[in-house]
Amino acid sequence: MGIKIQTQNLNFFYGNHQALFDNNLVIPANQITAVIGPSGCGKSTHLRVYNRIFELYREQKATGEVIIDGKNILDNDVDVLELRRKVGMIFQKPTPFPMSVFDNVAYPLNLHYKLDKKAIEERVEQALRGASLWDEVKDKLYSSGLALSGGQQQRLCIARTIASEPEILLMDEPTSAIDPVATLKIEELMDSLRERFTIVIVTHNMQQAARISDQTVFFYKGRIIEYGQTKDIFTNPKNKQTEEYITGRFS
Amino acid sequence: MRHRSLFLRKLKNKILTIFSVCAIGFAISIMLWVIWVVIDFGKEALSFDLFINCSAPFGSMSYGFANAILGTLLITLGAAVLAVPPALLAGIFLSEFKEYTRTANSIRFACNVLMGMPSILVGLFVYMIIVVPTGQFSGLAGSIALAILMFPVIVQNTENMLAMVPDTLRESALALGMTRMRAILYIVCRSARNSLLTGILLSLSRVSGETAPLLFTAMFADSFPEGYWSQPTANLPVLITEYATNSPFEEMHQIGWSAALVVMVMVLLVNIFVRIFFREKKYGN
Amino acid sequence: MLLLVAGFCIQLLLASSEAWERFGLGFLVSSEWDPAAEQFGALPSIIGTIVTTIIALLIALPLAFAAALYIVDAPKKISIILGYALDLLAAIPSVIYGMWGLFVLAPLMQKTIQPFFVNTLHLDAIPFVNSNYNGFGLFSAGVILSVMILPYICAVLRDVLQMTPLVLKEAAYGIGCTKLEASKDIILRYGIRGVLGGIFIGLGRALGETMAVLFVIGNMMNMPAGIFDSATTISATLANNFAEADGLQRSVLFALGVILLLMCLSIQIGSQWFLHATKAKRGEK
Repeated sequence: MGIKIQTQNLNFFYGNHQALFDNNLVIPANQITAVIGPSGCGKSTHLRVYNRIFELYREQKATGEVIIDGKNILDNDVDVLELRRKVGMIFQKPTPFPMSVFDNVAYPLNLHYKLDKKAIEERVEQALRGASLWDEVKDKLYSSGLALSGGQQQRLCIARTIASEPEILLMDEPTSAIDPVATLKIEELMDSLRERFTIVIVTHNMQQAARISDQTVFFYKGRIIEYGQTKDIFTNPKNKQTEEYITGRFS
Repeated sequence: MRHRSLFLRKLKNKILTIFSVCAIGFAISIMLWVIWVVIDFGKEALSFDLFINCSAPFGSMSYGFANAILGTLLITLGAAVLAVPPALLAGIFLSEFKEYTRTANSIRFACNVLMGMPSILVGLFVYMIIVVPTGQFSGLAGSIALAILMFPVIVQNTENMLAMVPDTLRESALALGMTRMRAILYIVCRSARNSLLTGILLSLSRVSGETAPLLFTAMFADSFPEGYWSQPTANLPVLITEYATNSPFEEMHQIGWSAALVVMVMVLLVNIFVRIFFREKKYGN
Repeated sequence: MLLLVAGFCIQLLLASSEAWERFGLGFLVSSEWDPAAEQFGALPSIIGTIVTTIIALLIALPLAFAAALYIVDAPKKISIILGYALDLLAAIPSVIYGMWGLFVLAPLMQKTIQPFFVNTLHLDAIPFVNSNYNGFGLFSAGVILSVMILPYICAVLRDVLQMTPLVLKEAAYGIGCTKLEASKDIILRYGIRGVLGGIFIGLGRALGETMAVLFVIGNMMNMPAGIFDSATTISATLANNFAEADGLQRSVLFALGVILLLMCLSIQIGSQWFLHATKAKRGEK
């Protein structure tokens, strides 16, 4: 199994406040890696380093190395735009752009590629099928993306992200704002996406982590306490804090 | 798939960034330029005499614009007296009595229309309803025109500011057994007092520099504003216009600049004062 | 309130009825203006109003957008100071801009900017850019107007940019947008209501602004042949001729007022309609 992302001595600062301490982590390719831990433990922060989205905020700073495909993405010569195409992100709340369903998916395509109209239509359909949304929206492609239900919106965001052919999908609690039925659909979807992408998902929901992930990482107070195969972590955690968290003694 | 050129996309972005800095620099330098020009030209003729003497036609011995300053103050004050109470009430009505949607919507609509109306048209309107029937220009007519201009601004400000007062405060006031009117006046309005005052002062400073409506209403006079109620009344903006455009004499231009300096300093002082003293204490932050 | 607005319209119509009866709708397309022969046409004023407004918007919009982008992303202290500066720029009375235009901008236009455009850049090859210039005219008026509406539009755009939900912003950057792309395609679309509102406020102000234009437009009642020609606008015509006018001419001026009013109202209604018509496309429910 190839290594997709390798994090070495990653530290993260909000101004003077340090949020991550010496994170070391290996994320294998074409697997789902679940990141769990109590709220405020730094798991989202960690995820936001992978596509350098944290750089939108002046006071946030990361040091250390995050090596994706052999290249440290925190280096200055890395192109952020290309990085963000390659490393897509899905957010907690669905964030459809204020345009039609079709344009939501076509927009990032047009941003990164030069394609003729027909090729775009094909790719939009492909992406929507890939996000198992096509059958639900094929009759309303040109109505607003905001008119969809919450679960559909989130899948639209997934379609939008996979359309520009990323290699890694970062998901920051993608189902926390969505009802259980829609959550199930998204979990099924993730399972089908596993072959094509490396998925890293932050989740609050331990059952979810256990259900869908191959590997699990446990964060506590900005440190990585333990990571390994999901079944090992859940059945036989080595660390006492991990065990306590997983068995629900604190959250 | 063919990639779009990253270089081009970034170049466009870079150009925008540079353009942004230039744009803001341009705006700021224009402001400083205008202020500097007014100060530079205005200070030459500025003397204490200007503040005590009455304005006079060209050729007389003494120059001044004391009457215009007084007139501007009177007219603006009159406008405030006319506009502020009803505007505050309307604003309170809009934000606190949500059950009368239709009335509220029509008030909002009318306010929007009034806001979009050019000030010169307001001047024309007042000319028709006040000046024509009474047969003379008057400071009062000027006040009415400015009041119409102020009204929608204050209404909107009041509504927005009261909307920012948290509902829990209203509820706790009512829970103490206050009547609704009392709760609104003593609790809600008091907690938003600073921002309401800010709105009023800013709109006052805004209209005090208005010229166009005064051309049709207050006109101008080379005398002290004894005839506020029934006669043309001196005021600074019209004085500036008259002296700067309708007079070929250098001295008059000079006095015009000094008057402009006075107006500008008044307006800017009010603005800066209001921002420094009231901004920080807004309710809730 | 509504009565006030309605009464205003009726008053204006009544006062201008004589002009409408005499000239009919031909008033709108006639360019004659001869008080002695009692021949009046509104076309030069209308054209002047529209052209100055367009010039003002063309200059102010990109500048305001770029400046707002900068302010939003600047460090907090700088953005607060810049915000104050823009507020002050908006607070300076229009008559002062007028004086600045008359004594500073117009000579500068005549001696430096216009010769540069015509002789160095040879812009007179473009239609409507004429090679005879004197500093006054449509272009100078447009420039002053743009400075005046810049802070309004900029303040609105700044609010829109600031009020965009963070997640939407992050999503836009998350798919690899540059700042330009994220702002133009995602954020402005999201805040289109506010953006249009800001543009229309600017537009309304530019249409109705009197004093600043009056000082530099040159006040010629002829059809302008190019943008450096002296011309007039509706509000400038009103302010200029009202004092001396009586009888038919006064009625004609009221008719001009009606036209200006209709322009302002149609802009407001047009903006509402536009928002309504493009709802689905923009993705509002």
